[in-house]
This record gives sequence, C-alpha cells and structure tokens, in this order.
Amino acid sequence: MRRALDALVQLGVPALLVVAVGLVATTVSASNKVYFENALVSVAVVVAIYVFVGNSGVLSFGQISFVAVGAFAAGVMTVPLESKQGVLSTLFPLLRDHTIGNVPSLLLGAGLGGLFAFVVGLPLMRLNGLAAGIATFAVLEITHNVLQQWTKIGPGATTLSLVPETTGPLQGTVGALVVIAVAFAYQRSRLGRQLRASREDSAAAAGVGVHVHVQRLWAFTLSGALAGFAGALLVHQLGSITTEQVYLEVTFLTLAMLVIGGLTSLWGAVVGALAVSGLDSFLSQAEQGVHVLGLKLDLPSGTRLVFLAAIMAVVLILRPSGLTGGREARLPWPWRRG
Amino acid sequence: MILGVLDFQTLTDAVGLGAIYALMAVGIGLVFGVLRLVNFAYGQLVMAGAYTLAYTSAWPLAASILACFGVVVGLALAMETAVFRPLRGQSPAVMLVTTFAISFLLQAIALILDLRNGQLGEVAASLTTLAQPISIAGAQVREITLVELGVAIGALLLLALLLLRTTIGLHTRAAASDFRTARLLGVRANRVIPASVALSGLIAAAVAVMMTVQAPLVTPDFALRETIVVLVGVVVGGIDRLWTATLGGFAIGFVSGLINGLLPTDKTVYLPSAVFALVILVLLLRPEGLFAWGRRAAVPDRV
Repeated sequence: MRRALDALVQLGVPALLVVAVGLVATTVSASNKVYFENALVSVAVVVAIYVFVGNSGVLSFGQISFVAVGAFAAGVMTVPLESKQGVLSTLFPLLRDHTIGNVPSLLLGAGLGGLFAFVVGLPLMRLNGLAAGIATFAVLEITHNVLQQWTKIGPGATTLSLVPETTGPLQGTVGALVVIAVAFAYQRSRLGRQLRASREDSAAAAGVGVHVHVQRLWAFTLSGALAGFAGALLVHQLGSITTEQVYLEVTFLTLAMLVIGGLTSLWGAVVGALAVSGLDSFLSQAEQGVHVLGLKLDLPSGTRLVFLAAIMAVVLILRPSGLTGGREARLPWPWRRG
Repeated sequence: MILGVLDFQTLTDAVGLGAIYALMAVGIGLVFGVLRLVNFAYGQLVMAGAYTLAYTSAWPLAASILACFGVVVGLALAMETAVFRPLRGQSPAVMLVTTFAISFLLQAIALILDLRNGQLGEVAASLTTLAQPISIAGAQVREITLVELGVAIGALLLLALLLLRTTIGLHTRAAASDFRTARLLGVRANRVIPASVALSGLIAAAVAVMMTVQAPLVTPDFALRETIVVLVGVVVGGIDRLWTATLGGFAIGFVSGLINGLLPTDKTVYLPSAVFALVILVLLLRPEGLFAWGRRAAVPDRV
C-alpha cells in the first residue's frame, strides 16, 4: 500500500506539474505561449537524456544527436508535398515524393532515434568515464557534420522551414507526459533497477550478475528513442530549424538543466528543465521590462545570458546535488510516513 | 603518394598548430591532475587574454603582453577561489557542468563589453608585426610559428624542471597521484591547487598571445572550438598523466593540420566526420589513452 502510494506520488507530482504548465499555456497571450511550449519540449528532451545519463551515471554528450535525427526526420517528412518539391528538391526521391502526418512523424522520430542509438551504442557502451563522454561527443560532431552537408537526406546547411506547427500546449503536454511515463516505467522495471545498481557500484552489480554493458545499451537505445520523439516535438513547435539549433549549445544547456535539477532522479530532470527554461523566459521578459511584486524590473538588453549563466553557476555551487537533491518527488512532511 | 604532397609548408603549419594545442593540453592537464576537474572554461581564459591584447593594442607591445598575463592569471585564480574551491570533492559531472556555466558567463560578459562600440569583434593590431612571414627552405614560415615552437618547448622544459626539481612540483605530483595520502603527509591543498591553477593561467596567457597573432580578430567565442578539440585530444592521449595529455593535444593539432593541408578545399566538408570517427576508433581500441602504455588508469571511473 505505502509503496504504491510512493510510486503514485513519484509519477503523479511531475505529471501534474507538466499538466499545470500546459494549462497555463492555454490561458496566456499568443506571444507568451511560446515560452510554455518551449518549457514542455525541454522537459521531454531532458527526461530523455536522464533515462541514460541519470540511470547509468555515465555522462553522454551525444543524446542531442538523436534529438537532431528525430527533428530532421519528422520535419522533412511533414513538409507539405506541394512545397516540398520546390524547397527540398535535392532529396532522395523516396523522401521527396512522400509526406506523412503529424503522429506518424512523431513515431518516425522515435523509431529512427532509437535505431541510431542502438547502432552507435553497440560499440560505444563498452567505454566508461571520460572516454565514453568524449566518444559520445564525437557522435554528436559526426551527426551534425553529416546533417549539415548531405542534402539528399535533409536541407543541409540551410533552414528547414514550412514544417507544420502542431506542437501547441496540447501536443507539448501529452508528449512530455508520454516521455515521463516511459522513463518512470523503465526506471522501476527489472532492467532499470539493474542499471541503477551498476551506477552505484559497477563492480558489485557485475558481481551479482548484472551485464553492465548490455543494460547500458538498453538504456541508451530507449533514451535515443525518447530523444528522437522529443526532437520531433521540437521541430513541430518551432516550424523551422537549422542544424545549429540541435548542436553544442543545446547539449550543454540540457545537461546543465539535468544537473541543476538533480542528476539521479526523474523529478530532478523535470524540475531542472522547468526551472531553467522558466528562468530563461523570465529574463527575456525582464529585458523588455516586467513588474514583479510591484517593482519594475528592467534589465539592460543583452544581460539575459549573463544572469542565466551566473544563476546556474551559483545554484550548482550552493546545491551541487541539484534542486531536488537527486531524490524523487515525495509528499510534504505532514503526510509523509516512515 | 602522400609523402609527395607532404611538403615542408604543410609540416611547419601542422607543427605550429600542434604546439599551441599541446600548450593548452598542459594547461588543462595540470588542473585535472590536482582537482580531477575538466575545466571547460579554459578557452575563456584565452579569450580574456586576447581581449586584453586587443584593448591595449595602443600600448607598447611588452606592456600589452604583460597586461594579458596579469588579467588571465588573475581570472584563473578568481575562478579557483570562487568556483573550484567550493566544488572540491564534488562529482565530476557537477564540476564539468559548472565550468560550462562559467564558460557561458564569461562569453556573455565578453559579448556585452565587445558590443559597446556597436560592432562585434576587436582587432589586436599591435601584434601583427609578429605575423610577418620569413622564408626558410622555400616555405613561408611566419615568425610566430618559430615563436610558438620556442615558447612551447621552453614552457614544457620549464614546467618539467618545476615539477621535477622543486618542492611545490613534488607536492603537485604527489597530489596528482593521490591527493588524500599527499594531504596526510603534509601537502597543503590550498597551496598546491592555486599554484597549478596559476600555472595553467600563465600557459593560457601565452596561448592567447600566440593565437591572437595568428587571428587578430577577437570575438566572444575566441578559442572555444580549440578548447573542445584539445579536450578531445587530451582524453584520447590519456588524461591521467600530464605527458600523455600533452602528447594527445599535440597529436590532434598536428593531425588536423596535416589533413587540412593535404585535402583540397572542396573535399574538406566531411573532415570533422573523418577526424571524429578516428577519435571513436582510438577510444575503442585504447580507452586508457593512446599514449598510456603499460599501466591501467589509476583514476577510478568517474564522470
């Protein structure tokens, strides 16, 4: 009974928070709505990264490659047929002459992301520590390079535009909830627990029969599929995208979100994504001047990034284990037992 | 066939690039040795030095270079006190991500300072005299390439002397191999770590001078790409030891320079893929480091 309640809280609290963000998004003006949609997509991306990095304890700089693959696959395949032959004429005929709907494109992003992650993970999951980090970073570099140059599979170095903007508050909320639910189901499964055991003590886990590399490969593949799905959500939110938008900066920012929230818990991933994207949105508003508690706050233009980076650094220095301390969501203390 | 194309010009350029990367690798490796911290913000130390050179380009050259060293070492020590010290002993992921944030912070500040005159980028004009080419054996060798080689070799020799022949060097080596035991035996963390950080700052300042001579236009992302490449090289070479890290830095610079000189311009678009595929291959074959022979990593798996 108590364990069931704990599980309900661990899944329910992050889910309710995401639903709340989605509901607020439907009430605000069109110009502010984009901030909330951004936050929802960030949750999907960061939770996807968490599935591998948080559960395995191995730092990967490569998960944004799968976001990029999902985004470009879903984007290229949903550009309306009548404009496609004009703007994307260099594509393979199969890609150029077909267009799919919104939901199939999300599934396509997830499938390709998962497949790509599995293929890459087969050799790379044997690596540990910094070597794993640098090897996954190399995957990001190669993915970016190929997407930017190979015009038979995508727009190359130009902007991919005319993608239907189907990720509104509804699709953003549902998408983020799906990613959270899958991540939660995985971390409570037998596979997830084996991987988490190897994170705490790799040698001891191997000693009781956990195949660490195999478990890492499953998590990497699942994380890749979720990242591809999140990438598809992203491209449908933006409507147009370049390869630079799914490269270094977003890699560092999403990892920072995960660590700021708390690396080792799903709750941390959700809180980190919402807190940092919320702060970022607030600061961009403040550059134009906002009223907070009756005071007018007007930051000089260009200072948004200074404040964002400084606040992230201060949070990391003061709370190195993250805002949630790496723990899952719990009831407030009066209702907590044991 | 390849040797036929491998002319003296390409070779000197590759060695020049390798020398700069090797110096940056030493700067990153020194701090990693004592703190187990991968300092992603190292490139922004170089960037700060380059901006100092640009803003003081009306000064006499020596004064300008001196200012550059002062600013960079000061910034490195400030970083140590404000960021590295409170994070000591934290997990490597937290330390690395914090240095991401510091790197963004310094770039954002540089952007604001730079844009005050409404124009992106500042030119360090006074150093261009060093970029004059001279002719050696038919190749155009810029003076700075010779200076780079001289500085790199001199700095490495001085560093070796410092580490092998002085008390603080002995303490640093002890701390790098086992900090806890070293502290039990009387090594003072608060002297060894700032000393290493200051030393890495000195190297960053030297790198700033050399890179600014080659590319006088200074922007907020100055040295960012180079830092990433050097970090890759350091891990590929073997980050556990200073000399393997340095060799790794040199190797990635030298190889990039060679390939860049050998390939015709229209074939270079997939160069990053080729280089990073090679990186993955080397990591899979030698995860402890390309140059780390005969000994498993003393550092436990972290990050």
